[in-house]
Amino acid sequence: MRFIFKTSYEQDIRLFKHGGQVFWYALLALLLVSAPWWTSEYVMSQLQFILIYAIVGFGLMMLVGFTGQISLGHAAFLAVGAYTEALMQAAGVPFVVSISCSALFAGVVGIIVGLPALRLKGIYLAIATIAFNVIIEEIVTRWDSLTGGNSGKHLKAIDLFGWKMESDGQFFAVCLVLAVLACLACVNLLRSPTGRAFVAIRDSEISASCMGVNLAWYKTLAFAFSAALTGVAGALYAHKVSFISPEQFTLLVSIELVTIVILGGVGFLHGAVLGSAFLIVLPQLISIAKDYLPAGLAPSGLQAVVFGSVLVAFIIFEPLGLYGRWLKVRTWFELFPFYRRGMFRRQRTYTKSERLR
Amino acid sequence: MSGAFFAVDNIGIRFGGVVAVDGVSFSVDKGECFTIIGPNGAGKTTIFNLIGLIYPATSGTITFEGKVLNGLPPHRVAAQGIARTFQNIELFEHASVLQNLLIGRHRHRRTGLWEELLFLPSVRRAEIEMREAVEEVIEFLDLAKYRDSVVAGLPYGVRKVVELARALATKPKLLLLDEPSSGLNPEETDDMAFWIEDIKKVLGITVLMVEHDMNLVSRVSDRVLALNEGKPIAEGTPAEVQSHPAVVEAYLGGAEQVS
Repeated sequence: MRFIFKTSYEQDIRLFKHGGQVFWYALLALLLVSAPWWTSEYVMSQLQFILIYAIVGFGLMMLVGFTGQISLGHAAFLAVGAYTEALMQAAGVPFVVSISCSALFAGVVGIIVGLPALRLKGIYLAIATIAFNVIIEEIVTRWDSLTGGNSGKHLKAIDLFGWKMESDGQFFAVCLVLAVLACLACVNLLRSPTGRAFVAIRDSEISASCMGVNLAWYKTLAFAFSAALTGVAGALYAHKVSFISPEQFTLLVSIELVTIVILGGVGFLHGAVLGSAFLIVLPQLISIAKDYLPAGLAPSGLQAVVFGSVLVAFIIFEPLGLYGRWLKVRTWFELFPFYRRGMFRRQRTYTKSERLR
Repeated sequence: MSGAFFAVDNIGIRFGGVVAVDGVSFSVDKGECFTIIGPNGAGKTTIFNLIGLIYPATSGTITFEGKVLNGLPPHRVAAQGIARTFQNIELFEHASVLQNLLIGRHRHRRTGLWEELLFLPSVRRAEIEMREAVEEVIEFLDLAKYRDSVVAGLPYGVRKVVELARALATKPKLLLLDEPSSGLNPEETDDMAFWIEDIKKVLGITVLMVEHDMNLVSRVSDRVLALNEGKPIAEGTPAEVQSHPAVVEAYLGGAEQVS
């Protein structure tokens, strides 16, 4: 077990807490950067998807995991990002500008969606965001002249200052850089007053406001930030699939996005990455499994069934998600043989002043 | 009344037909400890929520350092230098003690969103300054060994102290304590009394408190206001209020009912 000897306050706000972390993250970075040279095209493509969904995961984690506001409408922000990118690219806007605009527009839409969040909580907020998702989907479908309606929009490869990102490796590099930047932005927010205000709102709105946290401002900010990251991911997604149409941004997609957060582990940024990896790998595993199942046991809806059961199983058996499971495993090894089953169980409190809400 | 440090003038609130607080006035001088007592349902906590502007008062005004607070949004109250604790503990359960106290420093933040996104050196410096201020509170209330514990795993008595610490971390001029001793054992209550005295004498913070434990009240309070059914019935030193006939009647019932 590692004991960190703390000698300055600065140590607590450092990006890496100890040498071990530096080593493992460096190793991960090395593996990822060198990935185009040692993986197949197929794996490369999956890695791109994982990174894109991880960016959505970061955004959603900030909102759901840290600010405690639920959103079942994130596919709509993905759509805003994707269509902004598609339209701006068609208009010949450089990539750096267009992806910034994707983030900006999605962020602005996020602010609009955040407005009901100031008054709605829990399940009612979820319903409002579902409604929003349906509205955006409908707008995208009907506004033929702008979005191409059901016939969708085609995108060309990213053009970065005249440098065409046509190979898988180049696009992967763009995804990787943006994912790392998104992650850094989240980590930075979380170790500064804004992130603490988010957590305060999640845990007790009433005492957050008594500590001087402006609830309206920070809730709106959380929505805007989350939406902006999702917008960036949407733009990348549009380039990845190179063809976008309204049925790629339905409510079901929103639910998949929330699944990332829940499977990964609500309240851990690592969870966003693990969850998105899981979300991408699972369908592949299912389709591999299908080859080995007798024909009658492999219906076309198998994926939805497996997804649903996995989600339910996680909520019941591992509410802390994949990252929570990893923490437990790590603690088991660190403390061996003294790990106890109840170590991660928290006392539940029923005394919250619900009546003040 | 305009010269008073903190004054509540003729404040009242009704919820539908229920008049929870009705025409309560009092003023608190700088540096004193003022306690509100009263039987259950007397409206003590409601007064706190009125002061915190969580409920808009139906009538009356609240003035702090000559400024009228009514009509401000709740988060602006903290900016005036008023901090509070809650009867049922409202900590940020899934954050560490340290993070809880750092949120207490929120009203002193100077860094903007963009600086924080990039975590510029200015943010790093501001964070360390905040940490230093919080460490002073940790030392004052002897919380060092719980610094990195998650609140959800702490015993009730410690949480109560953490909540007090979080209120102190805001560097308030006026501290509102809602039943600081509720749920504490006699020993912890004793510590709490000691700390409240220290907060008053060493830190010079004015304390406004709601409390049931009369031992604690008489030990730390300078003046006491007794409420019953939303109306003030007696005001004075702890001993005076305790022996006031109206107070005895409110708690124990009138003489005619006894016979």
